Amino acid sequence: MQLSGWGRYPRVDGQLDAPRDAKALAALIGTAPLIARGMGRAYGDSAVGKTTVSMRHFNRMIAFDGENGQLVAEAGVTLGEIVDSFLPRGWFLSVTPGTQFVSLGGAIAADVHGKNHHSEGSFGRYVDWIDLIGAEGQITRCSRTDNADLFHWTLGGMGLTGIVLRAAIRLKRVESGWIRQTTIPARNLDEALDAFEDTYSATYSMAWIDCLATGDTMGRSIVMNGEHAGRADLPSDRRAHPFDMPRHGRRRVPFDFPGFVLNPLSVRLFNAAYYQKGLRTPSTGLVGWGPFFYPLDAIRDWNRIYGRKGFMQFQAVLPMESHAEGLRAVLAAIARTRAGSFLAVLKRFGAQDSRLSFPMEGYTLALDFPVNRRSLALMPELDRITADHGGRFYLAKDSRMSAETLRRTDPRWAAFAQFRHESGLASRFASAQSERLGV
Amino acid sequence: MSASILILGARSDIARACAHRYAREGHAVQLAARDPETLEDDATDLRLRYGVGVTVHGFDVLETDGFAAFLDGLPVLPEVALCAIGVMGDQHESQVDPAAATVVLRSNFEGPALVLGLLAERFKARGRGTIIGISSVAGDRGRASNYVYGAAKAGFSAFLSGLRNRFAGTGVAVITVKPGFVATRMTEDLDLNPRLTATPDAVADAIWTAQTKRRDVIYVKKIWALIMFIIRALPERIFKKTRL
Repeated sequence: MQLSGWGRYPRVDGQLDAPRDAKALAALIGTAPLIARGMGRAYGDSAVGKTTVSMRHFNRMIAFDGENGQLVAEAGVTLGEIVDSFLPRGWFLSVTPGTQFVSLGGAIAADVHGKNHHSEGSFGRYVDWIDLIGAEGQITRCSRTDNADLFHWTLGGMGLTGIVLRAAIRLKRVESGWIRQTTIPARNLDEALDAFEDTYSATYSMAWIDCLATGDTMGRSIVMNGEHAGRADLPSDRRAHPFDMPRHGRRRVPFDFPGFVLNPLSVRLFNAAYYQKGLRTPSTGLVGWGPFFYPLDAIRDWNRIYGRKGFMQFQAVLPMESHAEGLRAVLAAIARTRAGSFLAVLKRFGAQDSRLSFPMEGYTLALDFPVNRRSLALMPELDRITADHGGRFYLAKDSRMSAETLRRTDPRWAAFAQFRHESGLASRFASAQSERLGV
Repeated sequence: MSASILILGARSDIARACAHRYAREGHAVQLAARDPETLEDDATDLRLRYGVGVTVHGFDVLETDGFAAFLDGLPVLPEVALCAIGVMGDQHESQVDPAAATVVLRSNFEGPALVLGLLAERFKARGRGTIIGISSVAGDRGRASNYVYGAAKAGFSAFLSGLRNRFAGTGVAVITVKPGFVATRMTEDLDLNPRLTATPDAVADAIWTAQTKRRDVIYVKKIWALIMFIIRALPERIFKKTRL
């Protein structure tokens, strides 16, 4: 059958297995190179291979410690299920990406980050241990103290060190399900970067950026900061039930949009309208956890907006010092080709001390592009600009980078490939992405 | 005291989805199946997610002599009893091997009907309760491809219909569920039309809705009601020549 990631590009022919227990899962090891798949929310071919193992039947929660917030769960449990179960009891995810429809195993494999990366690090920081199915089908528990080497290669290792079977993570205490949001309009890139630096102490921050604005308004943005609201921050009628949320309507994209819907004009209009809406939004206010962390989750199957051919995401991080120049060069290249993106996100990263994870201190920019000739021609240019400015790429979003680009921008993967080879993992675990990138 | 649900055949995908659905609504859950120790992981998961009480119980649908003792052993007589036991069997085997056919007939009809019948008596004594039987569209008309299974489900549907008739106007409700195709372990290797196939979660949602809206007989996907209406309406001299 044909499998793809969230971007629906590329589509790869292969076999999909869905074992129901650890024994059946272990029995698959060695039959062919495998890659585990959770919710299929990696954009490209990270969780797609000749033989792909769906972890959907491994979806049980195993233990929770109400003192220290440690949750033990199987890899197929989604972050959204964790929020549903534990937010009403006053616990939230320490780190969450922009969708709740990702699995625990996927969050570990990609070492995902959220709006609090600069203040609280990536997902891996809150992982206590991982039970991993290895090259011989054995289960190995790894942590910072036991099998530490394996643990550190697994965070951000894209599922290529084995299959995450279960893991222990730490949740954090919150007093409510609400976020105190502050919105700062920025008329250009410099103002946006200044806003990030001025509000560095905010727990959460990110910006939506208009990637089609040019000249004086290039990089105009709406910067959004947030803090978990305490009970005292809530209006009096909400204090008794601080975790209850008003129901949000759910919409769904009912069919694949034809390719012409997304054109330079419609994208430009959307971006301009979004910016104007940002200007009108009150500068501070309370926002529910859903709209704040997962605005796109309210629109099911939003990937269909990009039509049948699918879409790609470009996400890179540029280190401090070269970031402003690099971002300007990227935005100029996009505006020049008019290959605009509906959703472009800019975010400040803090320092990252893990071995393989994507983030580093600097700025990350994420942009979606429909799959077409114009975008496919633009992407290598964006790769080159990123490489020239000392940046690197997020493999959970990648669907088309060359092995050469990865080698040039991120030498850590060569060491990872060597570790895989020496540990007998390379012949057991492989994705379409790992084969393309030679890791 | 919170409401509770007894789920017979708790290891099936539909049963598991129903356990989550009712636990989310605050029901305590009694999970019953053969080899109850294999239910412990699910029980822990339900307790953690929903903060409800969960107990596990050994139950063998072929051991009819043990039914009364099984019911006596439950911590509390539940508000809702759901039977999700189903054994498809192999039609060809059932045709030639009476022992194989007997297992299919007893597992889909005799056992489920008798245990729900006993529960109905206890619900009647208490004055209230809901019985939910998962039957099948296969019981709506016998077809060459699966008539042993279909006959058992037809018997089960008739039994539920009779119970419902007997208890109409009392506090005891009886719901017959005909799921149509469902993507479960039972159908994993079949190539099912996605438009006709429900997820276990959709079945659980439909059952919850049927209970809250006091429905009698439900098809999970609406299109199945139409399909089965047509299939039932076909004159026998035409139907007998079809290969459905």
